[in-house]
Order: sequence, then C-alpha cells, then structure tokens
Amino acid sequence: MANLLQIHNGEVVKRSAIPLLSFPEFAEVLTDFINRNGFIVQFFAYPQNRENRLLAVLRNKQLYITSCTVKESFDSLTASASEKFHMFEREIAEQYGITPKNHPWLKMVRYHANYRNVPDVFGNDYAVDIPGEYPYYEVEGDGIHEVAVGPVHAGIIEPGHFRFQCAGEEVFSLEIQHGYQHRGIEKLLTRVPLKRLPIICEGIAGDTSIGHNLCCCQALEALGNLSVSPEATIVRTMALELERIANHIGDLGALSGDVAFNPPAAYFGRIRGEFLNLLLILCGNRFGKSLILPGGISKSMNREQSGIIKNKLRELEPEIRHVCDLLFSAHTVQARFEQTGTVSREIAARLGLVGYSGKASGLDYDARVFFPTESYFSLEGYRNEITNGDVNSRAWVRREEIMHSIHLINTLLKRSEELCPKTTMTKISLEPDACIVTINEGWRGEISHCLLTDNSRKIERYKIKDPSFHNWTGLAMSLRNQEISDFPLCNKSFNLSYCGFDL
Amino acid sequence: MLKIIRNRIEQGYRTSSYPKEPIDLYHRYRGLPIIHHTCDPAIVKQCAEICPQDAILSAEYKIDLGKCTFCGRCEEIADGAFVTFSQDFAMGTESREALICDGFLPKLAEHSKQHFKKLFGRSLQLRQVSAGGCNACEADTNVLNTPFFDLSRFGIDFVASPRHADGLHVTGPVSRNMKTALLATYEAIPTPKIVIASGACSISGGPFFDSTEITGGLEKILPVDLYIPGCPPHPLSTLHALLQFFTKTP
Ligand code: SF4
Ligand code: SF4
Repeated sequence: MANLLQIHNGEVVKRSAIPLLSFPEFAEVLTDFINRNGFIVQFFAYPQNRENRLLAVLRNKQLYITSCTVKESFDSLTASASEKFHMFEREIAEQYGITPKNHPWLKMVRYHANYRNVPDVFGNDYAVDIPGEYPYYEVEGDGIHEVAVGPVHAGIIEPGHFRFQCAGEEVFSLEIQHGYQHRGIEKLLTRVPLKRLPIICEGIAGDTSIGHNLCCCQALEALGNLSVSPEATIVRTMALELERIANHIGDLGALSGDVAFNPPAAYFGRIRGEFLNLLLILCGNRFGKSLILPGGISKSMNREQSGIIKNKLRELEPEIRHVCDLLFSAHTVQARFEQTGTVSREIAARLGLVGYSGKASGLDYDARVFFPTESYFSLEGYRNEITNGDVNSRAWVRREEIMHSIHLINTLLKRSEELCPKTTMTKISLEPDACIVTINEGWRGEISHCLLTDNSRKIERYKIKDPSFHNWTGLAMSLRNQEISDFPLCNKSFNLSYCGFDL
Repeated sequence: MLKIIRNRIEQGYRTSSYPKEPIDLYHRYRGLPIIHHTCDPAIVKQCAEICPQDAILSAEYKIDLGKCTFCGRCEEIADGAFVTFSQDFAMGTESREALICDGFLPKLAEHSKQHFKKLFGRSLQLRQVSAGGCNACEADTNVLNTPFFDLSRFGIDFVASPRHADGLHVTGPVSRNMKTALLATYEAIPTPKIVIASGACSISGGPFFDSTEITGGLEKILPVDLYIPGCPPHPLSTLHALLQFFTKTP
C-alpha cells in the first residue's frame, strides 16, 4: 500500500509526506481499501498551489492518509464504490464548488456559498436567506402522503427539517435536511487568533464540549510541541467519561418519556444533572466548557474535587442500576423498544455508522480501543453484548457504557492521588507545512479533527467531523417500513447532533 | 410494581426550595464578576489580551457580560488581581448596556416593567427558538422542567405553538439560515409579546462573533426585553431572571 501513508492518532506529519496521487489512482486505492472492510474518517477538499486537492483519512485497525489533485469535477466514488462517500462528496461540492460527477444524491448539506467564489454546484443564490428550494425526494401514488416537520420543532430542540413519505402509518422514506445551525465554524477557525480556538470548538456541539475541544487541544499540542502532564491526562479522560455518562443518562430518560413511562424519565433527568454538576465541580461549567486548554487543564484537581466525585459516584451508581432495571424490565417498554427501528449489521457497515449506533448493530469499533489517547492506553476496553440494531440495542449499549464509564472513572480516581496542576493558555507557535489528525471516542462515537498549516505557521484548513455526520443516514434508514409514530423513539435512540453536523 | 415503589422511595423528594431559601453553588461556578478597581493597569491589559471573547474594556475596568463566556481565564492571571468571580447567578438585565458592567448590575425586579408583571404575573407561556449556537443553552433551558427546578410550579411553561405563547425565548447567534424561521415564529406570537435573549450567543454572537454566517445578536433583528448572560446561563440564572422579571411574588 505505497499509495497510503500510515499515520498515528495525534501525530504531526509533513504535508509533503502525504502521498499525492492522480485521481484514477486515488479512486482505485480508496475503493480497494473500502472494499476490504475499511472506513472513512475524513474526506475533504483544500487548496494547495492553486490546485484543488482531496484528502482522505482512512481506517481499518490502523490509520492511513492519502491525497490527489482534481480540477472542477471528479467521478463520484459514492456512485462507483460505496455509500460511505455520500455525505463527504456532497460536502466537498458545497464547500469547494467541485462536482462529484454522477453522484446519485447530490444535494446541499448546510446551505452556504462555497469557499472559492466559483459558481455554485447547486445553482443557489446565497444572497437570499434560505429559500427552501431543496429538491426533496418524493413518492407519488394513491394513499401516499408527505409529512414535513421543522425547522422549528415542538420542543426545546435544535432546528432541522424532516420529510416523511408515507403510506398511511408506514414510512417509505425519511429525508433529513440540515443547515439551519450553520455558523461557518471551519472557516472561522482559520481566521481567528489561537486563543479563541478552544472556546469555538467547545461550541461545535455543547453536549460534546469535552470531546471536540479535546480533539482541538490535542492537535494544537502536537503542532505546538506542548506536553501534557499525566495528572492532567487523567482529568481529561475523566471529563470525557463524565460527558458520556451525562448524555447517555439523559437519553435513557428521554427514551422512557417517549414510551410514556414517566418515573425513569424523571429520575434519569435528575441524575443527568448530577453528572453535569460534577463537571462543574471540575471546572465551573456544567458542560465542561473551559476545562481543557492546550497543554493541560484550566483548573487544578485536588482531593476536594476528587473526593466529591468519588462520593457522588458511590451514591449514584446503585440508583442508576435500579432505574435501569426498572426501565429495561418493564414489558411495556420492551414491547416498544424491541424490533423497532432496526438497522442491520450489513447496512450499518455499508453506511459506516460509528459509536453506540454502530455498536448496537454489531460493529465493534471504539476509538478508545483502536486509537487510544490520554489515559486510554492503560484502561480496559468495552464490548457490548446486545447487537440487534434496534432501539433496544441502542438503549442497552448506553446502559453498558454508563456502567463501564463509572468503572473507568473509579479506576482513574485511584490513580490521581497527586494534585493535578493547572495550566494557562500560552502563546503557541505551530509547526509549519504540517498535517495532523486527532480522533477521540466522544459519547456519540468517533470525533475527528484534521488541521493543515501553511508555511507561515497559520492554520490553512481546519476540518471537523462529528460522529453525527456518519449517523444521520442511519436514522433515516432505521425508519424504513416503520410506523411514523415510532419516529420519536428511533430519533432519541440515535440522538444525533444538529449543530455538530451543521458546523 | 415493587420496583416502581422501591425506586420511588430511593429517589425521594427532590424539588429545590429556591427561591424561598437561598441556594449555594460550588465555589468554582463563575457568576457575577467582582472587579478589583485598584488593580495595576498593566494586569488589566494582560487580562484583556488573553480574553478570547474580547470582552474586557481595559481602560474602563469593565467586562461586557454579553460577550463573556465565563471561561475564567482572566481570573487566573495574577491570582485574580483584576477580577474574581462570585457565585451570584442573578445576572439578568433589561438592557444591553447594563451588561457592560464594573461588577454591578441593576436590580432586575425594581426595573422590570411593571406592566409585564401585570400581564404575565400569574401565567407566562414561552416559545423557545434555537437559532444556531451549540445546544448547551437549550439543554440547560430544558432542565427547568426536571423535578429539581420544576419551572411550571411558578406558572411558567414552554409551549409548542407560537400562537399559544406570550413571548419568545431565543438561544444561539441567529445563524443566517435560521433568521427566516425565527422571524416567522415571532410574527406568529400574538401581541403584546416579549422577547428574551438567552446566552452569550443570542446577546452578542458568543463564541462565533465575527462569523459571516451569523446575524450576531438578536437585538439586531428583534426588540429584546430581557437579557440572560452565560455560556450557557446556569438554569438558576434563567429561573431567577424569569421570576424577577415576570412574576408578581417571586
Ligand atoms: S471570563 Fe469572560 S472576561 Fe474573563 S477571559 Fe473569559 S470571556 Fe474574557
Ligand atoms: S451561548 Fe454558549 S452555551 Fe449557549 S449556545 Fe452559545 S456557545 Fe452554546
């Protein structure tokens, strides 16, 4: 595989070391890789020497990188090789105005003008506010009807738009349109001072503040030659696990609410708050914002904080077990969870689902095990038992992950007898002409950031991938031939990020 | 059934007695800043330089709480010589200018327009619109419905239809792609109506300030009656502001 460069998570490579292929070679290498049980971590466009380049980061058990040059269009790999390219190619078309020819589903991703000021691939005029001229998939015939929801939904949630094509109750197809939360983050990150980067990255998705900021800070640390103390690493790992627990618990509560089983909904709702408060104990913010800085953490952790966390976990662990038991042993709940919204292993692998959505369908990928960072090198991995791919499996993975995370935090607490010192944000000088990929297992799955610096040490391209980017298609597939009334349940079992996707 | 009862007993009664009794937040929580006016100007400048939100007005010794994300970096310099953060979560204001402060905010209850209290004092229905941002503001608004905060015991509810609402609660920097939907929602609310800007994003663009894809502050497109700073505002900040501003007997 001379056309692929093997890299490591968080390792700086020279841009000149990245293989540069012709497009036909590139297509062949990628097709071959994907066909042999390979997955895409990142696939995006960037400018170099007035040319358009495409860069792919791939994974099997290892991590690889490769690139090619294209002109104004290229032959779609979604069409010729795999659905795994689908969203990535649409994004390339939108961000750089490069057309993936014969793409079977070429539509906007977030609705914005491209970065190069070239004619828009979709023929949109971005001077007018979102016009809703999105070419939705339609089904026609007797008894067919269409349901449209959003962008403003009924509850206190983020905006997005869903179109269901139904025959009576049965859903043929669900199409999800995003873009309402688009804040132009990737572009913004290349033109602001470095001191703003962590705060912006914490704002990619607030429920993943720790996960995304960790990816950002690890990249800045490697590019800026900063080392992180082992004690700080422990706190960062704990924070990522606290974030995971808080969100999983919140979702189990939401799932209970959706099947109208209210006691666990109320209990989990309250317990989730307890975990957010533990993040506040660490850093003063319930979402862990401001905790992680390039080089370490912003607040020291001493016996006071670790003691509070230890005691809280001891108090909450049995409560969580009991409420989980209440939820999962209720027959009414089982009847609604089981065989609802099933995504088979085959479909999950074809789409490249990550995180609990992939694990629930039997894909055992966990970035903490495959590409460990921070303290994960020395921690036990996790494997889930139930892999039916339905709502029940996705809920069950959460339960197991919660218990596993509590165990990890307890292990880490035993190691952190020493005071963990704080650090302040210092001036960093980034490695020039470099490329770095960072990967972490956020609570929704694989998060990845990829940065390219230019010869004046400035960030030229900042590429972000939230796990939701892979998984929204999984949600759409889970609704196939389901009743439309199952939508809330399917949706909550995935609980994907709108803002993490919209960027 | 047994499990239901056992869990019920284990969970017990959890509703907070706030506002009848005061509530203490952990000392690391950063609420209203305390500004030390005798601080060396060089340190104030240093704080202003390190501030990722450009929220410090060094010449005036003021912090713009509408821009501040309460990240605490300015507090870490010289052991808090310029600013230390109190645990006071009562930070709502009725004007944008009041947020540019030297550590003191006008009392919300005294200044809140009395006719709002008359109109909405017993029942306030809000439509929430998430207009960009990171969703943490929405998440910490949602928790007001959990047993601990239990917002509805004060007659305040979030409703689904703007037609049933008395006002709009907005989070996020108003992305370009949400502007139309936000304005349509506002239009659908019957008058008289009130508008609340919640979180740094909706007040000033928050962490995304200067992005070309956002509007950068709700007040540029709608008249705002109440501002609640924070990134996100602590649920108690929101609870406090809503009670002080709207209810008759907070
Ligand atoms: S706490 Fe506020 S004023 Fe201080 S550095 Fe952070 S954003 Fe700036
Ligand atoms: S103010 Fe902060 S917490 Fe709220 S939406 Fe904006 S970035 Fe997120």
